[in-house]
Amino acid sequence: MRYMFLPLLMVLIFGAPALAADAPVKAAEGVANVAAAVAAKAPSGVAAAPQLQAAAAAKPPAPAGKKMQTNRAFTISMFLLIIVATAGIVVWASKSTTTASDYYAAGGGISGMQNGWAIAGDFLSAATFLGITGLMSLFGPDGFMYSVGIIISFLTILLIIAEPCRNAGKYTLGDILAFRSSSRVVRAVAALSAVVVSIFYLLGQMVGAGKLMQLLLGIPYKVSIIGVGALIIVYVALGGMKATTWVQIIKAALLMFTGVILSAGILWKSGFSLLAFFDSVATSPGIQDHVRGVMKHPVAQPGFDYGQRFLELGLFFKNPLDQVSLGLAWILGAAGLPHVMMRFFTVPNAKEARKSVVASMFLIGLFLIMVSFLGFGAALYVTPQKISALDKGGNMAGLMIAQYIGGGAGTVTGDLLLAFVCAVAFATILAVVSGLVLASSAAIAHDLYVNVIKKGKADQGTQIRVARVASFFVGAIAIVLGIACENLNIAQLVGLALAVVASANFPVLIFALFWKRFNSAGIIAGLVVGTVVTIGILMVSPNMTYPKKVAADAQKIVLALEKKQSEAGALSAAELNTLEKARSDYSLNKDGTSLVGLDAPLFPLKNPGILSVPIGFLVTIAATLLFGNRREEEMFEELFVRQTTGYGVAKAVKH
Amino acid sequence: MVEKEIDWAAIASHPKFVELHQAKMRFLVGLWVFGATSYFLLLVGAISFPDLFNARIFGRLNFGYLFCLFQFVLAWAIAIVYTRKSNREFDPLTSELVEMIVKEKCQ
Repeated sequence: MRYMFLPLLMVLIFGAPALAADAPVKAAEGVANVAAAVAAKAPSGVAAAPQLQAAAAAKPPAPAGKKMQTNRAFTISMFLLIIVATAGIVVWASKSTTTASDYYAAGGGISGMQNGWAIAGDFLSAATFLGITGLMSLFGPDGFMYSVGIIISFLTILLIIAEPCRNAGKYTLGDILAFRSSSRVVRAVAALSAVVVSIFYLLGQMVGAGKLMQLLLGIPYKVSIIGVGALIIVYVALGGMKATTWVQIIKAALLMFTGVILSAGILWKSGFSLLAFFDSVATSPGIQDHVRGVMKHPVAQPGFDYGQRFLELGLFFKNPLDQVSLGLAWILGAAGLPHVMMRFFTVPNAKEARKSVVASMFLIGLFLIMVSFLGFGAALYVTPQKISALDKGGNMAGLMIAQYIGGGAGTVTGDLLLAFVCAVAFATILAVVSGLVLASSAAIAHDLYVNVIKKGKADQGTQIRVARVASFFVGAIAIVLGIACENLNIAQLVGLALAVVASANFPVLIFALFWKRFNSAGIIAGLVVGTVVTIGILMVSPNMTYPKKVAADAQKIVLALEKKQSEAGALSAAELNTLEKARSDYSLNKDGTSLVGLDAPLFPLKNPGILSVPIGFLVTIAATLLFGNRREEEMFEELFVRQTTGYGVAKAVKH
Repeated sequence: MVEKEIDWAAIASHPKFVELHQAKMRFLVGLWVFGATSYFLLLVGAISFPDLFNARIFGRLNFGYLFCLFQFVLAWAIAIVYTRKSNREFDPLTSELVEMIVKEKCQ
């Protein structure tokens, strides 16, 4: 099995740079085309969805087709270094992966501290790093408020989820849900739910990865997706959880190192005085101008301190209800993500699970605070104008400030630092997607194949073989969907994944662990209805495209330009172009309806949580009470004592 | 397998076990509610109470920004408090109690 992948790995390692070498011209065209296509579809620009998790690099580069000025030799060698180092880890890990427990949970042999670094790695995706830096460089501390959601979501993980999961589970969420009932339907539904959530999450990362590679290396989008996808299949299939964990640890360390270097560089530039740093941010003319633009004040209002406004909250987020909705998705959703839950099965006991969560809270918190300096630093030294010229969502801000700190574009140190940060971003994508592919393949192989189809009777060799095949298929699906969704606004996919988990998986998990009367009916109803309702609300939310609204906006442009034409007599060539485009937009869209046939959104918020979470909980409770099951109630005591005390776990782990 | 012989119901219904579990849950849920409340206060307050959140505290730094920083400190503080309480109280008490109940039932 293992040898089957080696040629593929070779092709990848030597093929990618070769392809990259002849591709720059074609890629540049590709970038411009994509940019034009997406720019046409997404006129909202600045007021993009707040789910920026996946927005990093997912947004197209500026319409002008500008590209980050990189040193290709440096960047490609750094990327190769990352590939070689991670491939080394995979080969090393594959030698000691012989049982199903090795494959899914690294044999329970990861220490709390190691697992803490790995969890930090799972949360600090390229999107977190680049997306939050970008949001802060354009909108000030609202990006920081996003970071707060991440750290607060850890309270749920620490206080409610981590230890009971370690005590009650084995490899997957399905293990915990199926503890009390032997129902195969429960297993199957749990597995499907894990796969659906992971695929949403994974798709956001994959498309982001493709766009990032295209922007940084000039590798065409499709080639990037296939390359990244194939690399990840090899990693996960061969190395399993052990390799995934170590890749995650190393990448988290690289990311922390990057954060320290860059924020130290920024503070050094301002003489290590925080107050002086914020003073220079607030008095920067570039930032003041940018804030005036964001607030749509064509002429500066006398006495208004635009620089100070940049340091205040509420420049990006406007609607408190939407905020609460997003907050709910974070605080309840992050805790139930399948790839995060799986991490707790890699440590030997509940105490180590707790230690790992605490360690990751400190790592992630420190990193997010450093990112806030990067964001402000990028605004001060690179200026919001230059950042949004390269990418409207600001996703290149983190890379631009790295180049600046190193000495600027064209200098050796600047290019080296930029190449290093790009390579770290690449490692981040590899690691996060590996974790997701592993989680979905575990759900398919362990829950669906071993427990549903084989009724729990499969030997170790078969289990690993099936898991490897499953990871191959999940990876292949990720590649296909990644290519198909190239021009889709995928920014909402990660937010959607969080909202689905908060409304479906979280209620079910909580009740399974703590509610005696909970049963199979509640599990199935909760998972199915919670997921369907959340996706349903999203379909009628403002996240979808509403042609009538597009038509109305186009009509406004047409009217404004026609008025100007009749008054001034003539229009410039550019204005005529705009007019033509607006007219065709209008006629194309005036009779259209959204994907589900609506003229306007039924649900006013971008985040469905505030409605879907209560529905998820209520449906789960109602189904449980309607279909009582005595046997499952009796089984509760065993699950309950196990999950609270960890009694009997030490024996259960050593199969 | 050892587990087959364990009388799970006896442990679960033992008054001391019930008492310990309730104390632990009160502590955990209390911390969680405190953390979650402060987070939602930030989310809503940042937009609904601009006067308070924009008040300058240190130099250019305003209340809203410092509130965000405070959330990190709060999360870390909760993590430390919970770890200490578990290591000193919950963990030893739980394992002691379970051993005791299991012994009682076996005799």
